[in-house]
Amino acid sequence: MAQHQVNYASSAGLPIALTSVDKLVNWGRSNSLWPLTYGLACCAIEMMASGASRYDFDRMGTIFRASPRQADVMILAGTLSKKHAEFARRLYDQMTEPKWVISMGSCANTGGMFNTYATVQGVDRIVPVDIYLPGCAPRPETLQYALMMLQKKIRKESANMKKNEKQNLRLV
Amino acid sequence: MQQPNKLTPFFENLNFERENNTMVINFGPQHPSAHGQLRLVLELDGELVTKAYPDIGYLHRGIEKMAENMTYNEFLPTTDRLDYIASTANNYAYALAVEKLLGIEAPRRAQVIRTMLLELNRIISHLFFLATHALDVGAMSVFLYAFREREFAMDLMEDYCGARLTHSAVRIGGVPLDLPEGWVEKLAAYIAKLPEEIQTYEDLLTENRIWKMRLEDVGVISAEDALNWGCTGPMLRGSGVKYDIRKEEPYELYAELDFDIPVSDRCDSYGRYRLYMEEMKESIKILKQLIPMYAQTEPQLMAHAPQYISAPKEEIMTQNYALMQHFVLVTQGMRPPKGEVYVPTESPKGELGFYIKSEGEPYAYRLKCRAPSFFHTGLLQEILVGTYIADVVTIIGSTNIVFGEVDR
Repeated sequence: MAQHQVNYASSAGLPIALTSVDKLVNWGRSNSLWPLTYGLACCAIEMMASGASRYDFDRMGTIFRASPRQADVMILAGTLSKKHAEFARRLYDQMTEPKWVISMGSCANTGGMFNTYATVQGVDRIVPVDIYLPGCAPRPETLQYALMMLQKKIRKESANMKKNEKQNLRLV
Repeated sequence: MQQPNKLTPFFENLNFERENNTMVINFGPQHPSAHGQLRLVLELDGELVTKAYPDIGYLHRGIEKMAENMTYNEFLPTTDRLDYIASTANNYAYALAVEKLLGIEAPRRAQVIRTMLLELNRIISHLFFLATHALDVGAMSVFLYAFREREFAMDLMEDYCGARLTHSAVRIGGVPLDLPEGWVEKLAAYIAKLPEEIQTYEDLLTENRIWKMRLEDVGVISAEDALNWGCTGPMLRGSGVKYDIRKEEPYELYAELDFDIPVSDRCDSYGRYRLYMEEMKESIKILKQLIPMYAQTEPQLMAHAPQYISAPKEEIMTQNYALMQHFVLVTQGMRPPKGEVYVPTESPKGELGFYIKSEGEPYAYRLKCRAPSFFHTGLLQEILVGTYIADVVTIIGSTNIVFGEVDR
């Protein structure tokens, strides 16, 4: 029987990669971000276009899910009205940790052109937002860039930090 | 437990178990097949829907109220956000209403460009209908194919006006830009290729067993019901009533163009699907006629009405009076004569019209948008009753409602 001696110190010894748990977990999390299909208004059409043939979100590991319990990212695409606001918060609460929010388009960021009695002036009044995405409506490329920025952000986070702890940290 | 009150909408006050053995379920407003923010409260007896109550208002943005505080030109980009799948149809309906109020007419080149954009938007909207309807029913591949063709049409829109979704490509009194160089050739290439693609969709769906089983005899609307509920567009023509505003009350170029109005007397979702496919072919026919018409027109793009419409940029930069007029129009806005006007147009979804009441001020006293989807949403409470819960999604998809214009 042949005896093999493996020299672990040399680079070509065995396919071993050393990493930290944080990096490994974040690698997994950031490369399979499943957003909730949460189309509110016009931006939802661009969100659909991002998932469709030309822009093909699937290649980034991003598959739209219809249930908040299966989703990691909430893309708030469009105008949030006051009637819908409570519902948006409820859906956010139904998502499991860890979770992130992308606010897509001017209406979701600040209320946009609809400064009226019926619209919420920015979804950050309802849910904590990670990425703000400008435009009315933002192009699918913009949404892809936002998602890549979110991936970058996730890779820098600690793996077992809960959302509320993170918020507390931010306050301190 | 939430207490129902005036300020907060409540979700938990539904009695899910009833004494008469029916169950109440809540559909939406986040359901991916609800085409936006439709909330349906369905009462079920087993799998049969016994009562359906559409709850709208989740996308209410106060657009009509905004119009009362904006000058006429300022309001135009807001109309994009009504039916956001075919923005130009809204811009056009609004511009046409204001033009009628002012008593002006767009120059012929502007009319040709507008009609081109309108028909292109009709194709975009119908492809979107096909994509989402097929996706809801379960034909995912058709969604991907239809979106591919839709992207090419969006490229054309983007070449013209710079925006993919919210175009604002039509202005009061004309269009802001001439067609860029090579645009007509690109359009010709696109409409030459589109019939093949439509044939592909028809090959995939028309005789498809599953597609037919899901759509045939589902969502039957009799001609009488359709008329009573105020249906227009494909919803009405799908029930055998040959009514199209482009033929009944032709506006701008439609009287000169040669096209047919497809009608289906099947009254069900399948008939309406066939109708949408035929309408796309008619749009291609119209676009083909418009291309030679464009070459024969004078280059003027905006109507000449110094009281209401700014002069072309060159004149503003060279002539004193034009500059003064432009300054007044930009700072104060145009002041149309007193009066009221309603202009119906045939948007991809049906009769889209704007009612404008003017008191001679730069702001409209009242603006009302007659949106087709609103009436089609109302119809749901009639046609959903007696269907199975699996067909609810098919019927919503078939009505082709968009919540931007339902809630406004």
